[in-house]
Amino acid sequence: MIEFRSVSKQFPDGTLAVDDFSLVLPSHKTTVLVGSSGSGKTTLLRMINRMVDPTGGAIEIDGVDIAGLEPVKLRRSIGYVMQNSGLLPHRTVVDNVATVPLLRGVPKKQARTDALALLDTVGLERTLADRYPSQLSGGQQQRVGVARGLAVNPNILLMDEPFGAVDPIVRAELQQELIRLQRELGKTVVFVTHDVEEAFLLGDQVVILRQGGRIAQVGSPAEILANPADDFVASFVGADRGRRALHLESHGGRDILVDSDGRLAGVLTDGSRQSEAAPVPGSGAAAQGGDSR
Amino acid sequence: MTWIWANLDVIWDRTLDHLLLSVPPIILSFLIALPIGWLARRFRLGRGFILISVGLLYAIPSLPLFVVLPAIVGTSGRDPLNLVIALTIYGVALMVRVVADGLASVDADVRLSATAVGFSGRVLFWQVQLPLAGPVLLAGLRVVAVSTVSLATVGAVIGVQSLGSLFTDGFQRGIEAEIVAGIVCTVLLALAFDGALVALGRLLMPWSRPARPSGSPARAAPGPEALDAAVLGVEAPK
Repeated sequence: MIEFRSVSKQFPDGTLAVDDFSLVLPSHKTTVLVGSSGSGKTTLLRMINRMVDPTGGAIEIDGVDIAGLEPVKLRRSIGYVMQNSGLLPHRTVVDNVATVPLLRGVPKKQARTDALALLDTVGLERTLADRYPSQLSGGQQQRVGVARGLAVNPNILLMDEPFGAVDPIVRAELQQELIRLQRELGKTVVFVTHDVEEAFLLGDQVVILRQGGRIAQVGSPAEILANPADDFVASFVGADRGRRALHLESHGGRDILVDSDGRLAGVLTDGSRQSEAAPVPGSGAAAQGGDSR
Repeated sequence: MTWIWANLDVIWDRTLDHLLLSVPPIILSFLIALPIGWLARRFRLGRGFILISVGLLYAIPSLPLFVVLPAIVGTSGRDPLNLVIALTIYGVALMVRVVADGLASVDADVRLSATAVGFSGRVLFWQVQLPLAGPVLLAGLRVVAVSTVSLATVGAVIGVQSLGSLFTDGFQRGIEAEIVAGIVCTVLLALAFDGALVALGRLLMPWSRPARPSGSPARAAPGPEALDAAVLGVEAPK
């Protein structure tokens, strides 16, 4: 469990990035921080591994105040995945994945074996192990990034817009892959995004942020969609318009759903899942995933 | 031509002398420039001062330097050490800016993510920043190597044997072939150094020239074009 207690962050130039932020992030669940730029979401994420230290308040991991922990040691115990993968360009894929275990003193041979197994976990061919990051596609690089994040088998995985720089089809694949991984591994995931669809798809708990790291609403995707706290949230999640605002129309004896743009969204079924949802690109899958929780 | 055939042993000896004079300054200037360049990169306040003052070392005319050095270092006037020190000073003058620029060329995202996964300052420098600055460092080192080989010829003027001795001797005795032999061997030696450095770079940095699969959005490592950026700030050799 990660707990923020009245955390504030004022940068030396006077910008108040986060103001009196309090939140509990439950273990083994995915918490998504979503907001536009300037909402302090990345700052909040980086406070968890002490890349940024708060100027006020405290952050606890499982009841321990992290201000008393050694930053480098703390970072080596927390998985970190960022946009553009952040891989070391001068190391091969397998060496990149083994980076943090090697820093922690795991024997080289062991680290390499574990890293190869992690490539399987994230769905990468072992034949890619000896390539350099620049020889991979963007999606493959992100998978390596996730494998590296998982390499020390951390309880906590921090993900800073990890799928922000890949194309929509690959992004949808990676999102489904993360859902699968999370079902198997049950990490405490903290995920930052500006994309509300992504937040609703991945988050058990979604935190909608306003400017200055102030919480507009916290809840499950269904709770937020059903009861937006205010106009800001309603407009941010788009509950009042477009694909999210559906109404029923009767057609040939069946009810069909139509969104506020007049687009046909689908038909009403009895709600039982026919099969495992295939990764469908676009927001249709995202909305469906959000509702079914 | 007959002079050349008759004096192959002399040419070979002078080439060896030249080699032995050139290698230490190249290695030393790299080793000395590394911490100074790091300082210039690390502390923004001192950066301009360090870079400009070190760069100005290159403007010291070489002949007065040879006169002054023995007095400062305590060597005799004809000691090859004077030449090695002078060439090292010129090498450092070129290399410090290259080191600072090389370290600056390391992608900020890579540095950030390395810190985020738990690289501490020292490990970050040796395992991430220095290797990634490699292509720029290599480009600078190639300039230093060629410039050192060419400057080492002035040793002849102060009585230190090198390929330059072939110019001075050939000039005094009116042997054209000897002068040409000196020039050609200097150029060949410079090319050999350059080739050796390129080969070393390929060996140490196999990642810097990857064969890219089509359609991959790879970001290229700083290549030879970084050379121009790195060295343009430095005055032309005298």
